[in-house]
Amino acid sequence: MKVELRGITKRWPGVVAADGVDLSVESGEVHALLGENGAGKTNLMNILFGLHPPDEGEMFLDGEPFQPRSPADSIRAGIGMVHQHFKLVPVFTVAENVMLGVEPTGFLGRLDRQRGRQRVAELSEHYGLAVTPGATVEDLSVGVQQRVEILKALYREARCLILDEPTAVLTPREIDELMRIIRELAEAGRSVIFISHKLREVLSIADRITVLRRGRVVGETTPAEADAQKLASMMVGRDVQLVVDKTPAEPGPPVLDVAGLVVADDRGHRVVDGVDLDVRAGEILAIAGVQGNGQTELIEALTGLRGPISGSVQLDGTDVTGASPDHLFEAGLAHVPEDRQRDGLIGSFTVAANMVLNQIDSPPFSRGFRVNRPAIQEHAEQLVDDFDVRTPSVQATVSGLSGGNQQKVIVAREFFHARRLLILSQPTRGLDVGSIQYIHRQVVAKRDEGVAVLLNSSELDEVLALADRIAVIYRGRIVGVLDRTDANSERLGLLMAGAVEEAAEVAPVEGEEEEVVVT
Amino acid sequence: MTTTTVQDEQPQPEAEGAESRAALPTLRRWLEATRDALLIPALALLTALAIGGLVIVFSSPDTLDAWSGFFSHPGETLSESWQLVWDSYYALYDTSLGSWPAFSRTLVEATPLAFTGLSVALAFRAGLFNIGAAGQLVIGATCAGWVGFTWHLPSAIHIPLAVAAGFVGGALWGSIAGVLKARTGAHEVITTIMLNYVAYYLLDYALRSDAFLRPGRNDPISKPVLESARLPDFTIGDLTLHLGLFMALAAAWLVWWLFGRSTIGFRLRAVGANPNAARYAGMGVGATYVLAMVLAGGLAGLAGTTNILGRESFSLTGGYYRELGFDGIAVALLGRANPIGVLAAALLFGIMRSGSTGMQAQTSTPVDIIVVIQALIIAFVAAPDLVRAIYRVRARREAEPAFTTSWGA
Repeated sequence: MKVELRGITKRWPGVVAADGVDLSVESGEVHALLGENGAGKTNLMNILFGLHPPDEGEMFLDGEPFQPRSPADSIRAGIGMVHQHFKLVPVFTVAENVMLGVEPTGFLGRLDRQRGRQRVAELSEHYGLAVTPGATVEDLSVGVQQRVEILKALYREARCLILDEPTAVLTPREIDELMRIIRELAEAGRSVIFISHKLREVLSIADRITVLRRGRVVGETTPAEADAQKLASMMVGRDVQLVVDKTPAEPGPPVLDVAGLVVADDRGHRVVDGVDLDVRAGEILAIAGVQGNGQTELIEALTGLRGPISGSVQLDGTDVTGASPDHLFEAGLAHVPEDRQRDGLIGSFTVAANMVLNQIDSPPFSRGFRVNRPAIQEHAEQLVDDFDVRTPSVQATVSGLSGGNQQKVIVAREFFHARRLLILSQPTRGLDVGSIQYIHRQVVAKRDEGVAVLLNSSELDEVLALADRIAVIYRGRIVGVLDRTDANSERLGLLMAGAVEEAAEVAPVEGEEEEVVVT
Repeated sequence: MTTTTVQDEQPQPEAEGAESRAALPTLRRWLEATRDALLIPALALLTALAIGGLVIVFSSPDTLDAWSGFFSHPGETLSESWQLVWDSYYALYDTSLGSWPAFSRTLVEATPLAFTGLSVALAFRAGLFNIGAAGQLVIGATCAGWVGFTWHLPSAIHIPLAVAAGFVGGALWGSIAGVLKARTGAHEVITTIMLNYVAYYLLDYALRSDAFLRPGRNDPISKPVLESARLPDFTIGDLTLHLGLFMALAAAWLVWWLFGRSTIGFRLRAVGANPNAARYAGMGVGATYVLAMVLAGGLAGLAGTTNILGRESFSLTGGYYRELGFDGIAVALLGRANPIGVLAAALLFGIMRSGSTGMQAQTSTPVDIIVVIQALIIAFVAAPDLVRAIYRVRARREAEPAFTTSWGA
């Protein structure tokens, strides 16, 4: 289906989310919509999907004017949307989820499961989705759940499929699989709109690329004409250095030494199952792994937030197993937590207060019980300058800042006192290219000061850009430690997916993991 | 296919909306915040009084009679109704604020409410909903009262000791809920409610013992507090103030200082606003909960203390002023958990308490109307959107969490 948007404008109080956007997607085309967070990609698609009416502009489907008043109108017209967060009923089967809302019915409204199930199986077969109609959704991996969402759209005869940041939750292998499916859909004559801020993916899958910035189309190109560098510059509006400038590491003595660490999650499962690690001064060790392989609990144990079951943690040769966060802070550990809004910041506090969150009891920020407000103010102004935090003032509440600037507040606070060890968890998740670039440079600068850096990231690009050594974690174990020079995304992807055990995903068997030694 | 690239202007800072809002001059921001803080409570009070007026009209047999003849003489009916409402509210005003002695009584009523209001407000700022002010007040009054009527000491020692006993009693009682929360995660709403009952019956039990029971009496009433432990009065003309009022003002200042200027307050607020981030920043969340409940309990204990040591009768009785604890929740809510707001709200509730009996005596409008009005005020304050809808006031986009919605989670 040919989709055309002409002069679409949408204003929200204080923001122009779409400003005269023209977009045309041909039948059988994979059209990427590229832009930073907040550029208006999702908003534009919500307009097409009938969630919000545009203030100005027209839309055409196959040349016919199209004015959806609700998603139901859009679905009827043949538009399907796969949202970033799936909208599935976990306890229902695949077929039930797909049928939901458009169930085939027989005599007197009797539910015709058989027919629905058959149709789902046909569709799955036809597009190579490999989904079992009878499986319960909650038992499926994230990648398969996403395919169920695609099936839902196909079942409703969608001829234009909108995929909103579809790769954010997938493993490298699942991403490859998705790319294949998208190709097949396009070959079958359906048009696909692929929303992303990841350059590599866009370049590999798209036929055409439209770049959005601040609600405006700033360019249209094809993968043949553009490269990552150029796309990044278009997205951000200025030249961007994609590669992190760094010299080879000059590692010093070990700062962090972890031996045989076992940690349980809240439900008592041993999700970190005997981890050995060491991070040396002046090097960046990255932990690579698909989300949920014990990284979160490992980091919590290292930062004093979760007591380990057994094993030991040494910081500069001193045993700190099970030490409290403030003790570790004294010992020179800094920590940028994974979930910045939940764990890193107090949203209703000012920027200044957040900058001293963990130092309020130490001079010069307080004397006795008395808070020294001028000192806090001065310190915050200094850090805002140093770390380029875009905030109207240090007295502004932190929740009003953009995600990138919120993260910079945390980075500023933690980097300021990172003397020995810096632990970073997903430090650039959800940030725009400009902020990512900035934070990466700061990380390298910290390393060059001789700080040991432990980076936990599920972005392979980030791991490859920053790390000096890479430890791959799989099911709570380190399954391989590679030098950066020996690592590439294929190799890491294999290790992250459990390496030799191709069958592991289909039928998880306990105790089957083997240590893979990569030399 | 063509490649077009629109050159854009200089990269601008993100979140422009947030920027222009926060970039307002400090004074203007402060004025706006103050207006917003006062607007809703003021409109809530107005609406509550209006609805209260209707209740007054329809609860009086005389005016109801008049309404049955509404169609023959509508003017008279309306003016009679209006007269009754006016008389009632005037009597309420006259017997609470109309003279210096009346105002003195109002302040006596407002003093314990200020303490319980501060107690609830302090706990709330630390993320805790202290329903236990009633029990903490009872324990505080019991401890202060016992010191007051048992020991024989010179005033200069006796008063501070009795006050300290009241504070410590309330603080210990509050700390039980704090420790339970920190250690076991038991929700403070449940534990403080239960501890209220324990406190009530502890007092009832104590009132049967020789140590408390007034000689020669069988009904539950304690010995009176000795002269040497009673809070001194200060008299300026017809205005009489007891020391408790000044203690309440001092406590309000102290709470303000604690939250605005001290590391303890910083920690309390941090834990209240986001316990996860507080934990990540190395703060002891459990210890902070205990501290918050100790301080909150102590403040509620002082409500009981100033009452028993400063108020006519000077004796503990069964069911001792427990409603003051619950009114403290309302006072904190109306005062938006802000010390100055709490003082203002305590004064308002003090006016209602002290004027209600006068109103009943002069116009036969029942005292219970006051309870209705108080409840309506709270309902409207708790539902600011309703008030905004009635008066077509636009909501300010605010970052601070709403007081009411964050409770009871």
